[in-house]
Amino acid sequence: MIDRKILEEHNLTLEEYEKIVQLIGREPNITELGIFSLMWSEHCSYKSSKVHLKALPSAGKNVIQGPGENAGIIDIGEGLAVVFKIESHNHPSFIEPFQGAATGVGGILRDIFTMGARPIALLDSLRFGPLSNSRNKAIMEGVVSGISSYGNSVGVPTVGGDVYINECYSLNPLVNVFCLGIVEKEKIFYARAEGEGNPVLYVGAKTGRDGIHGATMASAEFGEDLEEKRPNVQVGDPFKEKLLVEACLEVMAKKLIVGIQDMGAAGLTCSSSEMAAKSGTGIEIDLDLVPQREEGMTPYEIMLSESQERMLIVAKKEKVKEVQQIFAKWDLDAVHIGQVTKGGKLRVKANGQTVVDLPVEAIIGLCPVYERELKRPSYLESAHKLEPIPLPNDYSEALRKLLSSATLASKEWVYRQYDYMVQTNTSLLPGADASVLRIKGKKKALAITLDGNSLYSYLEPREGGKIAVAEACRNLACVGAKPAGVTNCLNFGNPEKPEIMWQFKEVVQGIAEACRAFNIPITGGNVSFYNETEGEPIYPTPVIGVVGILEDVSRTVSRGFKQEGDSIIVIGENKEDLGASEYLKSVLNKEKGFPPQIDLEEEKRIQEFCLEAISLGLIRSAHDVSEGGLAFCVAECCFSNEQKFGCQLELKDELRTDALLFGETQSRIVISTQRESLQKLLDLAKKKKVKAVIIGHTGGKNLVIRHLQKEVVNIPLEEAYQLWKEMLPEVFKIQ
Amino acid sequence: MKFGVVVFPGSNCDYDTFYVLRDVLEQEAFFLWHKDHDLKRIDCVILPGGFSYGDYLRSGAIAKFSPLMKEVIEFASKGGLILGICNGFQILTELGLLPGAMLRNKNLKFLCQFVTLRVENDKTPFTHKGKRGNVLRIPIAHYEGNYFAPPEIIQELETNNQVVFRYSDAQGRVNEEANVNGSLRNIAGITNKQGNVMGMMPHPERASEALLGSQDGRLIFQSIMESI
Repeated sequence: MIDRKILEEHNLTLEEYEKIVQLIGREPNITELGIFSLMWSEHCSYKSSKVHLKALPSAGKNVIQGPGENAGIIDIGEGLAVVFKIESHNHPSFIEPFQGAATGVGGILRDIFTMGARPIALLDSLRFGPLSNSRNKAIMEGVVSGISSYGNSVGVPTVGGDVYINECYSLNPLVNVFCLGIVEKEKIFYARAEGEGNPVLYVGAKTGRDGIHGATMASAEFGEDLEEKRPNVQVGDPFKEKLLVEACLEVMAKKLIVGIQDMGAAGLTCSSSEMAAKSGTGIEIDLDLVPQREEGMTPYEIMLSESQERMLIVAKKEKVKEVQQIFAKWDLDAVHIGQVTKGGKLRVKANGQTVVDLPVEAIIGLCPVYERELKRPSYLESAHKLEPIPLPNDYSEALRKLLSSATLASKEWVYRQYDYMVQTNTSLLPGADASVLRIKGKKKALAITLDGNSLYSYLEPREGGKIAVAEACRNLACVGAKPAGVTNCLNFGNPEKPEIMWQFKEVVQGIAEACRAFNIPITGGNVSFYNETEGEPIYPTPVIGVVGILEDVSRTVSRGFKQEGDSIIVIGENKEDLGASEYLKSVLNKEKGFPPQIDLEEEKRIQEFCLEAISLGLIRSAHDVSEGGLAFCVAECCFSNEQKFGCQLELKDELRTDALLFGETQSRIVISTQRESLQKLLDLAKKKKVKAVIIGHTGGKNLVIRHLQKEVVNIPLEEAYQLWKEMLPEVFKIQ
Repeated sequence: MKFGVVVFPGSNCDYDTFYVLRDVLEQEAFFLWHKDHDLKRIDCVILPGGFSYGDYLRSGAIAKFSPLMKEVIEFASKGGLILGICNGFQILTELGLLPGAMLRNKNLKFLCQFVTLRVENDKTPFTHKGKRGNVLRIPIAHYEGNYFAPPEIIQELETNNQVVFRYSDAQGRVNEEANVNGSLRNIAGITNKQGNVMGMMPHPERASEALLGSQDGRLIFQSIMESI
């Protein structure tokens, strides 16, 4: 009998249970209850977020597939499309960092190749607690090796991403994994179970007891029972995944199958019921035929297992043999475990008995949707109050601290563990404003970036949402790419708390507003709630992934200064914006104030100017000003090229020096250009109505900044570089 | 010149290598499926990078049992040209076609980065287009590339001039700092005694187009193309 305790274990409320009974006209058995608990979990059903996500614009001329499928699809012209999505694997990565992160990579890869696309790029947005804590350090080390081990083996390059360090992620790391694939437009595949009588094939790894209740786990906070949850994390096998990629792409290319879906969160349950629901059909499967890794598994365990590297295929009736031959070539089994039926039911048999008999509509479509209570958080008032900030005695010293702060320091220690070059498309390597991938045989290229500053979103969620989108687009503009489509991963605390729900609503509104301003569609994404450990929520963390197109890959611009004697110019206006800055956080230990405000129209002008100047060949380097402000931005420009260049800057703004050097005013880009192009560039700026001020030139062996004729910063370039470069290697040095 | 690129189930640089040969250098190139028994009359076999069988045990340890390897060994014994890149180098040592073995990198991490190599022997079919002392900029991407062999083997390699590439700095100085993965004597690539089989950890196929940051890898393919 189902009692309160069982419901609690399944994370279902009494009201939800009553709704289940009403929908199916009887009490569910334990296997059926397990199925509902998964499919009605926050992770699978979006029951708290749905009402707000509607605000996101998802339409556009170039959209082939918006939200609702495994991934979004954008038309990039010349008969090609890109398939992309970002997804979180936060909870598993906390419990078991290596496998949690590795299987996060595996899962998102399957979402992409399921649609017929060959995955060509991975990016990761990672958030950890301070690295002075050995636990956080171990989590970061484990997550990075997990991503490295899986992505490298499968042969998909990890080309970029970001890493932020903040106390709010202590014991609640975020691992958001993005994948992009490329496909010829007419070869796109969908998760469909069409054609009554068509065989259902199970392919890939055998089913074990790993990952049972993974989706339910991702839909609750962590308490003290952490160690007990370790068995909920799955174990990845990238070699098997590589075989699956090749075999699946081959059967799809040969048009031998009707539909395909990966068994990710909620495994066999989700894949079978979703495919049937999307086609208005039913599915019947026999669990005795499901390949099993362990003996004595119950129907409940088989249906709820989240063993990795498994797919469900609906094949064309007459092509089963051919499908099986292809899988055999790749040393994989394709086992016929059931068929598509009429009547919209999910029927599962085991030992000759029917163990599940449920309408798929009830599992997928009729999950309750919540319009949860909203409340503006009380912390905001005190957090906005920024007491007077004293000017530092030594600006060089402040810049040194920023260079060696964990969030701003070079991430080479991270990305050199990833194979970012395999497939030989990466034409702008990690450590750039955006990663650029050429498309073999084409002039155009793809640019991808991930972005999301949670401190902004914590202090002003709506502005934080807007800025995340704007900055990602600005990153693309800096390499010369125009944004084409967006995916988002929304990481928040417990949605049952009205303050969290308010943050969520505000962030989503901000993202929506920015996407509308830039006229770019959001084609999908993922919501991760319950990022709380022992009652402490993370800062609201939207991670925005934007995919852009460069019309001519040979015109790609990178951020490093290129020549001695080039002019350095700030595009956009410097203002006094110290609130929510990395400077306040890292140097003065304050996470307070109002984040910078953004004017989306001005932002658009700046980006359009940058794109046009790049297309005209007027720019030698471009780098957007973000965390760390103007001084840090210029420092990165000095040492991002293989050959490094110092610089001499003369700033004339009537602003506080600390705000001018380290403030994070939006809509600014630092560019450099050769003398011959300078006038043309300034003329273009005038025409485009953007502010462009020459602030100095490249050259020398020091980073020198003067403000109102007084030297405020002077650091030998090599010293600045070493501080920035060696910070992470120093932290992770083998003792 | 006909090149054959062997495809193991977990190869992942097979297509990259094939692309450089066919599309960039305009050579005849074929894939050779690891379960086959036919080298299709090719002139040079390339064992590409990747994780041939997942490499959970030891890189290349299972690949040596692939059916095609029998033909590859025979091809080598008849003087056929074989180039093993990264995982291909690891497989060549497992097959016994090259001496030594790979340990984990000295920092115990996977390493992906551009490195510089000094050409040590310009008399091989793989390097004759270059000059001894040339410095090539080519990327590495491996976890187990720390070359190891017993002292007598190392001595033999040196005496016979079998060391083809060493990790060096950009000026060609071979020193500890340039030795990214901890290889003995900074060894990045070697040949067999006869000189027809070469293994190297760096990926020349990733450095054969200007757009990707270096074309130094072409030297190796072009040497092979002009060696027959």
